[in-house]
Amino acid sequence: MSSYNVKEMMSKKDRLAPGHRMCAGCGATIGVRAVLRALHEEDHAVIANATGCLEVSSFMYPYTAWEDSYIHNAFENAGATLSGVETAYKVLKKKGKLPEDEHFKFIAFGGDGGTYDIGFQSLSGAMERGHDMVYVCYDNGAYMNTGIQRSSATPRFADTTTTPAGKCSDGKMQNRKDLASIIADHDVAYVGQSTFTLNFNDLHQKAEKAIYTEGASFLNIMTPCPRGWRYPTEDIMEICRLAVETCYWPMFEVEHGKWRLTYEPKKKLPIEDFLRPQGRFKHLFKPGNEHLIEQFQAEVDRRWEDLLYKCNR
Amino acid sequence: MAVKDRMSGNEAVAFAIRQINPDVMPAFPITPSTEIPQMVSTYIANGEIDTEFIPVESEHSAMSAAIGSEAAGARTLTATSSAGLAYMWEELLLAASNRMPVALALVNRALSGPININCDHSDGMGARDTGWIQIYAENNQEVYDNFIQAYPIAEDPQVHLPIMICQDGFITSHAVENIELLEDGDVKEFVGEYEPEEFLLNPGKPIAVGPYSVTNYAMEAKKNQADALKRSKEVILKVAEEFEKISGRKYGLFEEYRTEDADYIMLIMGSAAGTAKQAVDDLREQGKKAGVIKLRVFRPFPADELAEALKGAKAVAVMDRTESYNGNGGPLGSEVTAGLYRKKIMVETVNYIYGLGGRDFTVQEVYDIFGELEDFIENGKAPEQFQYIGLRK
Repeated sequence: MSSYNVKEMMSKKDRLAPGHRMCAGCGATIGVRAVLRALHEEDHAVIANATGCLEVSSFMYPYTAWEDSYIHNAFENAGATLSGVETAYKVLKKKGKLPEDEHFKFIAFGGDGGTYDIGFQSLSGAMERGHDMVYVCYDNGAYMNTGIQRSSATPRFADTTTTPAGKCSDGKMQNRKDLASIIADHDVAYVGQSTFTLNFNDLHQKAEKAIYTEGASFLNIMTPCPRGWRYPTEDIMEICRLAVETCYWPMFEVEHGKWRLTYEPKKKLPIEDFLRPQGRFKHLFKPGNEHLIEQFQAEVDRRWEDLLYKCNR
Repeated sequence: MAVKDRMSGNEAVAFAIRQINPDVMPAFPITPSTEIPQMVSTYIANGEIDTEFIPVESEHSAMSAAIGSEAAGARTLTATSSAGLAYMWEELLLAASNRMPVALALVNRALSGPININCDHSDGMGARDTGWIQIYAENNQEVYDNFIQAYPIAEDPQVHLPIMICQDGFITSHAVENIELLEDGDVKEFVGEYEPEEFLLNPGKPIAVGPYSVTNYAMEAKKNQADALKRSKEVILKVAEEFEKISGRKYGLFEEYRTEDADYIMLIMGSAAGTAKQAVDDLREQGKKAGVIKLRVFRPFPADELAEALKGAKAVAVMDRTESYNGNGGPLGSEVTAGLYRKKIMVETVNYIYGLGGRDFTVQEVYDIFGELEDFIENGKAPEQFQYIGLRK
């Protein structure tokens, strides 16, 4: 893997051009650009995209923000669609129909709706078949494109438009699905979970490994949504830092079945630090709701211990 | 040189696939089309073709992967039946609107429920407005011939649309019949290489497929697609003409059987046309002026041509092998009568529903239907519309 120089990296030509219609401060586009920076300049790519904010805002006919070949098919099938593209590449190379010295990489982007939920079967199939591709989930923890409805990636107690906090409700009732672990259990080549912190080095290294490890790879990137999470747009980096330092969003990778923690906070911060700045958790701080925060903390602790165990720590 | 052989309809399609040697086949098994991906997998395992098979986890993913593969520049096909086609439905629309010339071997089977594995046309008819070309076959020879014509039609630059080559589940897919096969070299030459103008894997010439289309553009996209489907009619006929040169077998939008002087005509699709033809031969011996029109191309629908062909008849039995649950008859019944009306051809029509869930359709039933038509014209006794043939009493 290449050595990382943040200044050099950030001055690389973007493969997602400006002028798209994503919101100011959107985490998804930050994540996409970070992943695409890991592509070696001489390599071509085909990008597949599940329906969602990213797709409707980046490829609105007759304009596209994508410098590489790009295919959007439907909401639930970016995995299957890209597996078709990758197979076509394999067979056309074999039949001598493509130039030998030109190389393509295959990257799918989907939100948590298109990945954890409606696109789960298609993703699982593509991962199990071992296509040489990377599926990147930009996880903002709810169906943001349709107006902030809960997903299976939404954390417990989050106030969403289908799990509103109210007199008889504390927000979402269930814990979030741990998709990175589920995909790791598919016996894929590489799984990485990351977010925007530490100068993007962690994310960059994982993206490069995912793209350049042969076989199926999966990246789960926490990409905060200022509208859905209700924090000031400019605070995105701080929100990400708090997610990592509280161990809400641990950064780890699974390389050919071997689990490894890629970052460990020196001093684990209390979960309140991550929850307090976000409007979607406002109700947890009402007097009398202390036990809800305790439950949240207990779940974070349980998952962190479990992860340490998997990483042989 | 033609090669004489004996094959089932599924074997015939698989044999055509072997001769075409397409690039990619994503498929998920479902009765009665399962044999097709099995046979293709065996050809691959034995090194007879270099197609890549994708063992997808569902039919929805089969058509999704097919769209990805075709967009990438690879000649692609899949096979399915019944619920498999229904599960693909969303993707059928996208294959057509993205103008992907994917070929689909449809082995017609009833849609659930109740669940039933036998033949009717409810699957194909359910997908009739998804933008695909649909060609139906009477027998194994026809489904083989139609499959070989599939890519030259679908990939024609004037068309660029997906194509469904349909045959009747079990009745033709599993029954073994005599068949005349073409030489491998002749098929290869006839079908040619797929050379798309634009594709995802074109280095230095990236494209973007599947845009979000705002109101300002969506309607034009639909119109372009509709025009392409219309244009496909001429291409289907042109390809049939070329095919006749290498096979000696003639195909059109439909086949007219003993209709030149017919007073009564049965319009029918698929394998039951064979039954209808037998009955017509018998009726002709009795001096009855009966004939059959077997519809081959359901999409694009040859409304004007059919109206012209039916113009001389006194009454027509329009046979639907599906129930439309619209209170107004089957799809063939509705579309033929609309075509006749627009042409101001006021032929009497009676729409019958037959053969659902594999129910046998017999020569005797054809006699009875022609009898009803005659009674209608001679004695003014109008038959019940949308009646079910062969229903348990």
